[in-house]
This record gives sequence, structure tokens and C-alpha cells, in this order.
Amino acid sequence: MVQPLNSLTESASQTAGPYVHIGLMPTYAGNAGYYDQEIGVSPIADGAMGEVIQIVGSVYDGTGWALRDALIESWQADSAGRFPGQDGADPAVSGHCRFAADAVTGEFTLRTVKPGRVPSRHGRAFAPHISLWIVARGINTGLQTRIYFEDEDNTGDPLLARIEQRPRADTLIAKKTGDGAYRFDIRLQGDGETVFLDI
Amino acid sequence: MTDLGPLIPRNREAHPLAYYPDYKTSVARSPNLPLLSLESGPSEETGPTFGHSTFGALDNNLILNWTKGAAPAVGERILMHGRVLDENARPVPNTLVEIWQANAGGRYRHKKDSYLAPLDPNFGGCGRTLTDDEGRYQFLTIRPGAYPWPNRGNDWRPMHIHVSVFGHSFGQRLITQMYFQGDPLIPLCPIAATIRDRSQLDRLVAPLDMAHSRPLDYLAYKFDIVLRGRRQSMFENKPEGM
Repeated sequence: MVQPLNSLTESASQTAGPYVHIGLMPTYAGNAGYYDQEIGVSPIADGAMGEVIQIVGSVYDGTGWALRDALIESWQADSAGRFPGQDGADPAVSGHCRFAADAVTGEFTLRTVKPGRVPSRHGRAFAPHISLWIVARGINTGLQTRIYFEDEDNTGDPLLARIEQRPRADTLIAKKTGDGAYRFDIRLQGDGETVFLDI
Repeated sequence: MTDLGPLIPRNREAHPLAYYPDYKTSVARSPNLPLLSLESGPSEETGPTFGHSTFGALDNNLILNWTKGAAPAVGERILMHGRVLDENARPVPNTLVEIWQANAGGRYRHKKDSYLAPLDPNFGGCGRTLTDDEGRYQFLTIRPGAYPWPNRGNDWRPMHIHVSVFGHSFGQRLITQMYFQGDPLIPLCPIAATIRDRSQLDRLVAPLDMAHSRPLDYLAYKFDIVLRGRRQSMFENKPEGM
């Protein structure tokens, strides 16, 4: 026998199900006014420093159908690469947003500021990116991924560099469609499957 | 934001399979390719924080919050309570816990739910609260009913409450479901069965907790939640190693 390790195991995940919006986005679920203040309505307030951008996309299943019931959360640094709560962080950036696929078109929109580069623990820097967490019916554990930007210098990014099959890195890069406008599609399965993360 | 150590890698054995054909929706919504594993960095080790001023007095009282206190919901009155801990068994204080659920008849107040069981005009079905300094939280609610869903020919979800927890970093983000002790539908449910490890599923089943029930008012169920912990960071940033 050996001594027991006195550590706990993380609680198991379960799918968020089809009605996740009731709890996390009451207005979207048709229950406007449930809370005085919903959280995650916007990652930025008026006066946030940096370039305001809009990212539009869809979450596709393995048949190419855009999910109508996906809920996404984003988390990011401010335009100088500082996370909310860190010294000097932009007070107008909460960094956190909740948004849902449109029930008719399946398209989501994230309006935010473009984040700055973020230093890593090992002295390198991550290229500007936004972290995403995707939950929906049929997804048993929330899927993590990142949005990078095609008009930024992504060389040397420690995460992108770790993707063995180089063409797959492209699944994490938002395409510029206009001034401050990007498209980022997420493919859960099959051709062009998005790289999902375990970090 | 108090502790920026790296997160302990997630033990995926403790979590559900992404692809589980008996839960039909998972078939086309599960990645085919492996996840990319990487040590956590600032993007995962930081996360949003929420102030008490955001929340209303009835936000964790689902019996009264839909009617703003004017009329109580119908059903079995229960207290759902527990603690949020990390893998090092430390409490996770001041973190946001959100829940949502069906009413006593198994009907959700969502524009897409068309189950024939009626809505309760006095029940909305969502609540939220911050844990206290010792990681404790509580909700007053009604016990949700089981409901049928279009999966196999005659599938019914066990009684359950959906639970979402933030922790102190985006990498700890977790959504799960609380089931109720003794519910005979749990072993029949393909969503519960996505969890391979029976002991992990058992930890999602809340026991009846008579010690915390209030006589002539409500029964209690206890539901503790464990989030990822952080690695000891004493040897960080020493390229020569230990």
C-alpha cells in the first residue's frame, strides 16, 4: 500500500443542452427582464482603447449544417495585451462576452476590440488572439479554441507553432472581410475541422 | 487573479466521451481529431470577475424570482446547496454559479420547448449567485420534473438542474448537471452514460440532506462541485530546473 494522494478529481462535465440560453442568456431565450443586469452582454464599454472589430461566423456540425443552438463565450486581453484585473488594464474592457448563434441563420457576431500581444511564461509572446469556449446540445464537454487574425504577425506564436499539420493552423485564423471586419467559422467535425484545445 | 500558477491539466478520463452514439446529437458535433494539448498560459489562467452589485436579492431564489417576489412557483420546494472546491481541496470563493432548469412538470421556459406539459406562470427557471469566502453557495428552487426528448424512441431525461461555474480562470470553465438521489431514470439516460467512470457520474448525483432542510418549508439536496486546480509554482521560471 502507498499513502493516498489527497487531491480531488474535477467534476465531470455534461452537455449544456438545448436550453442553455435560459440560464446564461435570458433575453435570447425570450425571457427579457429576468435579471436587472445580464452578464457578458459586451466585452467592451464605450471608450475602450484600440481598434473596434466585428467577427462574424457560424459553428458547423459534421454534415455542414450551422448550429442554431450554440452558445459561445469569449475571453481576451485589452488592446495592450493586459487582461482585466492586471495592473494598467483598460477599465473599459471586461474581456468577457456571451453570444449565441442566431436561431434563424445560425450566424454569430462578436463586437470587441482587437487584443494586443500577450507575453507567455517562457519569454515568448502569443500573437493577438481571443479565447473561445463553445457549448451546445450534443457537445459533452465545452470546446476551447482561439481566434487569431490574418492581418497580424502570427509567426512564432507558441500555440500555432505546436500544430503539426500546418494547414490546420489556418482553421484558427479569422479572415479579414473589410475594415475592422472578420469572418471566423468553426467546424466541429470533418473537412476543415477546427483545432480544439486541451489547455 | 490571486494565484496565477499553471492549471493542472484536465483529466479527460474523468469527463464524458465526446462521441457517444446513444446520445445522437453528439455524433455530428464531436471532433474527429485529437485536442491540441498545451500548458496553460495567461489566456487560461485569468478569467472574468463579477461584483455583488450586478446581482439582485432574489437572483438565487427561483421560487420567487420570476414574479419578482409576487407569487411562488408550484412544486416540491428544495434548497440546493454545496461548495465549490478545486482539485487541491481549496474553496473557490466569490465565484459565479448559475443554474437553469425545467419546472415541476418538466417544461422549460424557452421559446423552443414545445412539450405539452404547461408552463408555470410563476416559474422562470434560472438563478445565479456568488460563492462566499468558503466557496459555499445556495439556491431555493422547486424540484424539476423529468421530461421526454427526441433521441431514441422513448428517452426521458432524469430530473436535473444545469449548473455553470466560472472558477477564477477561463480554463476552469465548467458546465455540468446535478441529478437527484434515487432517480430510476439516471441509469437509462444516454447523456449521463457519456461519463465512462461510474464513480464520476455518482458525484453528479445530489443526496437528500435532511440536516439542511427546513421543517414545514423545504427539503435540501447537497451538491459539491470540484474545478481544476493550479500547480505549485515554486520552481517556475528557473531554466536550470529544480
